[in-house]
Amino acid sequence: MLTNQFTTDNADEKQTDTEKAADFQEARQFFTRNEDFNALSAATECIYPKDDNGPGAVELGVPYFIDKQMAGSWGTNARDYRHAPFIKFQQVESMKGKSEEQSPTNPPYVVKHSETELQRHQARLTRGEIFIEGLRKLNQESQKRFSAPFYEAEEEQQIEILKDMESGNIKLKGVAAENFFILLRRMTLEGAFSDPLYGGNRNLAGWKMKEFPGAQASYANIIEKDEFVKMKPVSLTNYQGH
Amino acid sequence: MATKLDKVDAVIVGSGWAGGIVAAELSKKGYKVVGLERGADKKSEDYIGTKDELRFSMRYEMMQDLTKETITSRNGADQTALPVRTNENAFLGTDTGGAGVHWNGHNFRYLPYDFEIYSKTVERYGKNKIPKGMTLQDWGVTYDDMEKYYDKYEKMAGISGEENPIGPYRSDKFPNPPMKDTPSIKLFKQAAKELGYHPYQIPSANVTQQYENPDGETINACVYCAFCETYGCDFGAKADPIITVLATAKKTGNYELRNDAYATKVIHDGEKATGVLYMDIRTGEEFEQPADIVVLAGFVFTNTKLLLTSKIGKPYDPKTGTGVIGKNFTGHFSNVTYLGARGYFKDKKFNSFAGAGALASTLDDFSGDNIDHSDLDFLHGFEPHIRVMGDRPIGNNHVPKGTPSWGREFKEKSLYYTNRNLYVDAQAAALPWAHNYLDLDPTYKDFAGNPLLRVTYKYSKQDIKLGQYAIKRAAEIMEKMGADIVDEDELPDDTQFNNSYPNSHNGGGAIMGTDPKTSAVNTYSQMWDMDNLFVVGSSSFPHFSNYNPTETIGAFAYRASEGMDQYLKNGSGLIEKPSV
Repeated sequence: MLTNQFTTDNADEKQTDTEKAADFQEARQFFTRNEDFNALSAATECIYPKDDNGPGAVELGVPYFIDKQMAGSWGTNARDYRHAPFIKFQQVESMKGKSEEQSPTNPPYVVKHSETELQRHQARLTRGEIFIEGLRKLNQESQKRFSAPFYEAEEEQQIEILKDMESGNIKLKGVAAENFFILLRRMTLEGAFSDPLYGGNRNLAGWKMKEFPGAQASYANIIEKDEFVKMKPVSLTNYQGH
Repeated sequence: MATKLDKVDAVIVGSGWAGGIVAAELSKKGYKVVGLERGADKKSEDYIGTKDELRFSMRYEMMQDLTKETITSRNGADQTALPVRTNENAFLGTDTGGAGVHWNGHNFRYLPYDFEIYSKTVERYGKNKIPKGMTLQDWGVTYDDMEKYYDKYEKMAGISGEENPIGPYRSDKFPNPPMKDTPSIKLFKQAAKELGYHPYQIPSANVTQQYENPDGETINACVYCAFCETYGCDFGAKADPIITVLATAKKTGNYELRNDAYATKVIHDGEKATGVLYMDIRTGEEFEQPADIVVLAGFVFTNTKLLLTSKIGKPYDPKTGTGVIGKNFTGHFSNVTYLGARGYFKDKKFNSFAGAGALASTLDDFSGDNIDHSDLDFLHGFEPHIRVMGDRPIGNNHVPKGTPSWGREFKEKSLYYTNRNLYVDAQAAALPWAHNYLDLDPTYKDFAGNPLLRVTYKYSKQDIKLGQYAIKRAAEIMEKMGADIVDEDELPDDTQFNNSYPNSHNGGGAIMGTDPKTSAVNTYSQMWDMDNLFVVGSSSFPHFSNYNPTETIGAFAYRASEGMDQYLKNGSGLIEKPSV
């Protein structure tokens, strides 16, 4: 229990199995239009682009991760309080306050929320509907400005539109644009760094970039060590299968 | 029509630490006890192999099902309260063991100052130091009275700790040695000592060696697996109600826990409580469970809501300051309390992914009234700490201020600093105000058709000044720790309460005291207005200290259990009479 016996060599074998399985799991369950999904792919890649450190959102499987999430209970707000009355959208807009520029600075379980984000939770739209609304707006806006859908625009053009979305300079129906952006950014990071069982973090490449060891049984043997310890990451498939 | 069940000695709403301790103590004495838990049936096995950040930290698997019930929240009586619709803003415990199963295990005793906060403040600074509108009051019990209950709780939970060099009197040492040091904790301690402070290892319910508690329950040794605060323990190594008090209660054969049992009303005749009305969530059937004593041991919100919907006690009226149910609501909130400074180290890498919930160090130099408040524009204090909980990859993407929060530069820097950042933040006290309270919402209903509880809460100058002062101290420590970049959290003067409830640190609603005009229960958690009704948990805290509340909840649950035993023996009467 006190050693990292779970990072054994057969992790490699199972890795191969997971890769194969992934091939059959990358089909759309939620997004119906190619152009929506293409906009999603382009937007997440802008948020977390491929670079010398490693793969970006698309290569990590983030768009499929988001598609799966939207098809499930998160996308339909199945655990949320959804009773009426919902406040009217104009009221949501007028209640918008200053939004925080930084991502949460606190430990993960104390996630700070800007007031704008809080108002998102008063929206009538489900998260899935917010995504459809936001992604279609990306394409429309890009078509208007650059005569090309978002996913065919240049990276700088895409970034310009996303920045306008982030700052609320673009208007959406039923939800503040900032809130769509916050959700998009958050879910991009979730897809990059959650366990690969959800369809993102393909081949554990997200964790490898961060040198995160995954679901290790124990760190008792390294907790006091001064030097940085590199470990081969362990997925839940391996951890639970031990 | 509700089905009336056979009468028992005690019915307890809730199976968390408060309900669990009461269940264990009463059933050990031979009383027949029924527990009502609205959440699902869970055992330790349910938490094996659950190191899944998305499922537990981001999707809130262990938090309350808000489709059934939530709270509404607003900043002032002139506003319309809106429902807190998602778990992102409502970390409320549920299921067997309640929030006691998904906790980090930080254990603190409150200070002697806390229990006599009004008297000691007046004694040291005079009455004028207490600002108008701050409803500070003594608890009616002293630290010395509570010491034996703290000790009992620590032995039950196997708390692993190190003597606090400037802490209050202890009759005995911790049952287990403190958690290990890490390089980051060593840095913190060294810096704190250089600044003249007294750091120590935070007492932890992540137990450091296999331990058998006085009830005969075994808690395993923590393996530092880094999945604690929103997770159940994979190893049975974190003291929680399932492996300790609920197991003890079940062993006696006198305790029955009913899950999916949603309490909707305390049945009473105006003088005595006669039982609890509840709904089986799965079938919609209603049951009445009669009992000699009724114990409300749910969360602050549950306890207060049940008193209000059952029309027991006088509801608090913020306009006149009269009434007690709903009074003195307080809590630790994310945009004023857990603030501090993040340090970025250019050439130093930490094994940040490793940790344990309560693997942490703190210092008491700023707690309670340990600093002289004569020239400060706030009362009470904070405890700056470094916590090594294990940084998980979705939650740990910190970048120095000025860096974009997405895109190429963000990716580069967030990856570079993933294992090169440390955070010192402070948990600050929350003092009560006349304008902060709980009542029933006029509009929104729960799934059973009862009104939701409504929170009205506004930050005061006190909260902001205390928070700003704490941030500065955290930043000084971080500077001393040698970080190349020290980013202070921002807390502007006009910061508003964000209607977010990021943990289970809430108090008030049915507070204790010695005067029925200003308190709902006596220090045995017994209702003044109904002597066979006990309301246990942090709902009885008249204010919220700068410490995590669990150990104090546990200590008062032990004290309340003694009172219940005495009551059941006598058959009637107040264990403790009003002193005024």
